[in-house]
Amino acid sequence: MQGEILLKNVRLVDASGDRGPADVLIGEGKILALDGGNAQRTLDASGLILCPGFFDPHAHLREPGQEVKEDLETGLTAAARGGYTDVVSMPNTTPPVDHPEVVAALIKKARQIGQARLHPAAALTQGQEGKLLTEAKLLKEAGAVMLTDDGKTNEDAGVLALGLTYAASWGLPVSVHAEDAGLRRGGVMNEGPLSFRLGLPGNPSAAEAARIARDLEIVRYVLERQTQDARHDPRLHIQHLSTARGLQLIRQAKAEGLPVTTEVGPHHLTLTHERLESLDPVYKVAPPLRTQADLEALIQGLLDGSIDCIGTDHAPHTQAEKEQDLIRAPFGIPSLEVAFPLLYTELYLKRGFPLATLIERFTDGPRRVLGFRPIHLEEGHEASLTLLDPKSERAVDPAGFASKAKFSPWAGWRLSGWPVMTWVEGREVFVHPSFAVGA
Amino acid sequence: MITELTQQTTLPKHLLDFQSWSRKHIEDLFETAKLMQEVLSRPVKKVPALTGFTVATVFFENSTRTRLSFELAARRMSADVLSFSAATSSLAKGESYKDTLLTLDAMGIDAYVIRTDAAGVPYQAVRWLGKPIINAGDGWRAHPTQALLDAFSLLERLGSLEGRKIAIVGDILHSRVARSNAELLPMLGAEVWLCGPATLLPSGLPKVTMTTHLHEALRDADAVMALRLQRERMDKGLLPSLPEYVAGYQITQERLGWAKPGAPLLHPGPMNRDVELEGTLADAAQSLIERQVANGQAVRMAVLYHLLVGRKSA
Ligand SMILES: [Zn+2]
Repeated sequence: MQGEILLKNVRLVDASGDRGPADVLIGEGKILALDGGNAQRTLDASGLILCPGFFDPHAHLREPGQEVKEDLETGLTAAARGGYTDVVSMPNTTPPVDHPEVVAALIKKARQIGQARLHPAAALTQGQEGKLLTEAKLLKEAGAVMLTDDGKTNEDAGVLALGLTYAASWGLPVSVHAEDAGLRRGGVMNEGPLSFRLGLPGNPSAAEAARIARDLEIVRYVLERQTQDARHDPRLHIQHLSTARGLQLIRQAKAEGLPVTTEVGPHHLTLTHERLESLDPVYKVAPPLRTQADLEALIQGLLDGSIDCIGTDHAPHTQAEKEQDLIRAPFGIPSLEVAFPLLYTELYLKRGFPLATLIERFTDGPRRVLGFRPIHLEEGHEASLTLLDPKSERAVDPAGFASKAKFSPWAGWRLSGWPVMTWVEGREVFVHPSFAVGA
Repeated sequence: MITELTQQTTLPKHLLDFQSWSRKHIEDLFETAKLMQEVLSRPVKKVPALTGFTVATVFFENSTRTRLSFELAARRMSADVLSFSAATSSLAKGESYKDTLLTLDAMGIDAYVIRTDAAGVPYQAVRWLGKPIINAGDGWRAHPTQALLDAFSLLERLGSLEGRKIAIVGDILHSRVARSNAELLPMLGAEVWLCGPATLLPSGLPKVTMTTHLHEALRDADAVMALRLQRERMDKGLLPSLPEYVAGYQITQERLGWAKPGAPLLHPGPMNRDVELEGTLADAAQSLIERQVANGQAVRMAVLYHLLVGRKSA
């Protein structure tokens, strides 16, 4: 711990709104005061924004087994640079994270690294094979916060129903990659006139909508047959939503009161399938980039709360893998380091999306989905915080990423709202070099 | 005669598809191809036009016919040819397309002919290499020299394509030949009909008409092109069976009668006899299939010439 620090004249933004300047005293891992005080160090933070630390419900950190793409150290460092204090890692590693010991070992290692905090998601089924359930209780005790087979798309509805039923007893949400494998086939981009013209196998939006419709029926079924003494409702979280139709289904389900949540990725909010005209695999993601109408619907869903939070789906790969052709190149782009400035610039600055709502979707939103306590800018709250610079504009430069993946569909985009300091429980895990903190 | 060629207009730097090509570019190219035909009719089929240039044929997907056609085209104009073929399995071992191409580039290549089984690699190569790139077929996306030789052969037989109805029959969804023809033939004034089983038809290709009914497609057609059908379409469940396809879409003598009398018949090869076509039709007087292969030479010579030399004069 670097001792106490006083942020003078910092603008506070959290879920409760955009509040005027305050003098924030941080120490003992907490917010000690909002009205100044004595500190070893003082920072003139006029013009800067302080908000709760970002929480990513969906990142691929590739450890164990694929450290050539990313490891805990590079991934969690990238997260801290992106303003994230907490990251949920996906279990589709080699081998998959399906044992309590692996979860415990990952958490232990992440603590030693001391960057953003790690909250592993564990597999819903052994080996992510979609057949036999994992040990939800033991996984939870080891520190797992969610169960998911992610990219392995839970084709067996019966297994998903059992998994949701069982995980509910231990208060674990189950998250799903909602795409029907049969409809998706080998699709590498949104199916439509453009995919036909480009000669690329298409992935129709029906693949997502059909699967969401099925999964919502499973939630209804699990709720109905749940025994009276069950301690928790099943909780279904739908990952990386990409279509307007999928959103419509979720909206209806929420209106009905079903325990379902969802997230959207920065790429689905800023890029459309027309980018594939370049035939550049940097735009290859799963689910694929969709149409402008889908993008507009997702922004609306994020605004009205039908979409609970932003999940980066940070998916690093090696350069050589991504320089294969569009059929063979893997799905995914790294985004932990750009997600916030990207949406700050594209949604808030360019479209007037309310800043406090945007920040809520990076902070409280994901914490709520996972059952974590919110962090607010109040005395006594945990000092896991992010300081943002809304003024200086900087171009995205993948070569400078802390992530091992040095490519980005946003390379060269000029963004502002970059994180300049990140604290985890009062500890400075990231300070932008140009940001000298006065002693 | 080769000196006359330097009067041509500037072509785009690459031949990936026809998006950046105009009708004028195509017509200029065909004028050159006619001169190349003359070269090919001589006893010594060689001119010094590309002396000192090195053309690399880089085939990540096997196609002996196309590769030989390009290589012979380059050699007949005295270019040096570097021939590289790699099964995609060697790429799986970790060397990327980019590394492979940059390694070749270090050997002093002036133009690349690239073929892959997946859409996009020639477009990626444009970003990696500062040299003219010719797409020799990329997945389902494009096979522009095939479309050029088809159009050239059709023009030779029909005189003009203005207002001509051309039916393309078969697995349109997975066909780069169909996509390239669907771009090129309308540019030359033709009316293109694409016909095949509903599961093998895309939707939304611009400037063409789609139908699942062979009679509609062939009725009064000025030319008919059959596409190669791959057996894996049955394995993937896109078609019930070969007899089912033959019953619906095989070009037979009788069905060809729906088209205009003497309408030429084309096929990009390699052909499955008695699947896409009734076997004997391939050798009938109406068939342009051998002519397509011969014209492929002249057209590819013209393309190489234009991309390597023709551009300099502009
Ligand atoms: Zn996923």
